[in-house]
Amino acid sequence: MKELKILAVVVFFTLLTYWGIEPYAHSVMHKHVESEGFTYKDLKPLSKKGDPAKGAQTFMNAGCIGCHGVKSQGMPAPMDPNAAAASFGVNPPDLSNAGAVYDERFLADLIANPEHALMVEHKFSKMGRAFPMPAFYGTGGDKEQEIADIVAYLKSIAKKPEEITPKEAFETACGRCHAMHYDKWTQIGERPKFKHEIDAIKFQEKVVDYQDKLTKYLGKLPPDLSMYIRSRGEHYLSTFMENPQNLLPGTAMPRVGVNKESAEKVIEYMADVGDSKRHERDSVGKIVMIYLFIFAFLAYLWKQSIWKELH
Amino acid sequence: MAHFEKAHSLEEWLDQRLAIKTLRRVLAEEYWIPKNINFLWAMGMVLAVTFGILVVSGIFLLCYYQPNVNLAFDSVNYTIMQEVEFGWLWRHMHAVAASVVFLIIYIHMFTGIYYGSYKKGRELIWISGMLLFVSFSAEAFSGYMLPWGQMSYWAGMVITNLFSLGSLELNGLVEWIRGDYVPGQAFLNRFFMLHVFLMPLIIMALIGLHFGTLRIPHVNNQDGEEIDFEEESKKYLAGKRREAKVIRFQPDFLSKDMFVVSIFLIFFFYLVFWHYDFAMDPINFDPADPLKTPPHIYPEWYFLWSYEILRPFPKDPGLVAFGFAQVIFFFLPFLDKSPNVAPANRRGPFKYWFWILLVDMIVLTMMGKLPPQGIYSTIGLVAAVVFIVLWIILPVVTKKEKAV
Repeated sequence: MKELKILAVVVFFTLLTYWGIEPYAHSVMHKHVESEGFTYKDLKPLSKKGDPAKGAQTFMNAGCIGCHGVKSQGMPAPMDPNAAAASFGVNPPDLSNAGAVYDERFLADLIANPEHALMVEHKFSKMGRAFPMPAFYGTGGDKEQEIADIVAYLKSIAKKPEEITPKEAFETACGRCHAMHYDKWTQIGERPKFKHEIDAIKFQEKVVDYQDKLTKYLGKLPPDLSMYIRSRGEHYLSTFMENPQNLLPGTAMPRVGVNKESAEKVIEYMADVGDSKRHERDSVGKIVMIYLFIFAFLAYLWKQSIWKELH
Repeated sequence: MAHFEKAHSLEEWLDQRLAIKTLRRVLAEEYWIPKNINFLWAMGMVLAVTFGILVVSGIFLLCYYQPNVNLAFDSVNYTIMQEVEFGWLWRHMHAVAASVVFLIIYIHMFTGIYYGSYKKGRELIWISGMLLFVSFSAEAFSGYMLPWGQMSYWAGMVITNLFSLGSLELNGLVEWIRGDYVPGQAFLNRFFMLHVFLMPLIIMALIGLHFGTLRIPHVNNQDGEEIDFEEESKKYLAGKRREAKVIRFQPDFLSKDMFVVSIFLIFFFYLVFWHYDFAMDPINFDPADPLKTPPHIYPEWYFLWSYEILRPFPKDPGLVAFGFAQVIFFFLPFLDKSPNVAPANRRGPFKYWFWILLVDMIVLTMMGKLPPQGIYSTIGLVAAVVFIVLWIILPVVTKKEKAV
């Protein structure tokens, strides 16, 4: 009994110390940001019901494909990533799966007022710079209806949300700015296997060239995200994606605008890359625990058998 | 040369040449341990096991680690963690053990202070133990540098800066230690050598010394009772095991040790598999970036109390206070003037001294991690002053103590 009392004292002081240096210090040093559940309440909801067929027409008339590719519909990007980055600072995204990855409200607001939806006014109009994507002023009809149509069109051509893989979600949402070198992902796509070193060097040259343009555009090269699942953790990543300004005021990173499912997929992909052994850890852990409980039980029996002659 | 008979078993053969029976008797079967000691005395064995885990897992990590500023981070976080089979397990065992070993060392130290195990003939046990603590600190710090993460880099910068010794501005000394103006390749190579060779060698030698210091004075017991080991061991060997106040190390105390170790291992592997991150600063998963300072730089948790003794004072007094905190524990056997070897709660004002010291060090630890602003700096300053005052008044407090 006395030993249990001593153990309780040891455990108490250990836990007190732990509480002080982990959860408590953490709560003081890092502002807690509550997730808004990817509802984008500051954006205007769609008031009209869109028609995909009309949307396709509006999409073409508005000139979206002047900058954006829609590969799934046989419309490749008009420029390769490096040429696009030379013109716009960054490679405009392919919109094949935009309708599945991004939130509907966000898409609508992005078309009408891209700077606002992306929360990048502080880096553009307020600094006297023009944001590369122009706002959509309508093609003559009811603008709200036209936007709803375009959104409906993008949704109709996209894969079903459940078919989007974690990696595709990452590529669409983050992959044009962030590398993921533990998965061979560069800002201009996956690094292929090359037979000749000269080709590898040529590819690397393109990557560096793109990164230089991106650095110029954003002021700083966005970080490689290979280890972000461990250096930032799920909660930070999720709330950061939702609204970067909350956690890092003034950052050049735009609001990503993904929906909840896609955000979860992006995080799953980041865990697959940065913490790939997490399932193995759990299953091996259980076996080791079973072994240790048996070991402890046998150790207890051994101790009892020896000590019964000593007391 | 001695005369050798034909041996009838391997044991006999070895015994003739190595005296293994005598060795076993002296080191294990007739190494006498007091009967009335609690599980806190098993912390030595827990530490030995943890050190074993550190050495073995370290050897596996060493097979793949690259001590190069460009490769180190990925060799740990990608090669070892993802490509090598079970590399993640060795890495997490190594990292968690490095942290847990300090928790156990602190429990071991405070056990010694509480029961007066450093007094009267046991001074060398205490001093060799403190030397081990310092060596473990150097080992832990040099190991923390190796993944070359953001906190490795900046902690390395801050700690090596201490060697400029404040206003003395011995910057040449700092650069000599680093081998460069800032932590770089030379710095990483040195700490790699220290971590995998020199410090482990010193630690192993000191563990031998620490065990040696126990042999003559024997370990203390729960009541601080002076036991006549000769007399009591005779009783034991005569079969009066219940009457004897001593037991054999092996298998009697070892069986208790192993039970405590098994409980410890459950706790340890729980951390390894499901809470490994408690011991790893997330900031260290960002690669070292000499151009970007982290918002807060702090050491690992086990150094926080001494860091907080440095921080709340101005530069020079802070360094003096820090130096004081590093060495003062060594003098404990000579500062405690009381004749008593007894648990703190049976002694005079020392019992308050003990608990105030413990709580004060926990407060220092907490404040050491928090940003040095507002109320936290004030609490930190008070706790640092209390720490220093406690040690200054220790001889006075203990001198008046009545014999119990």
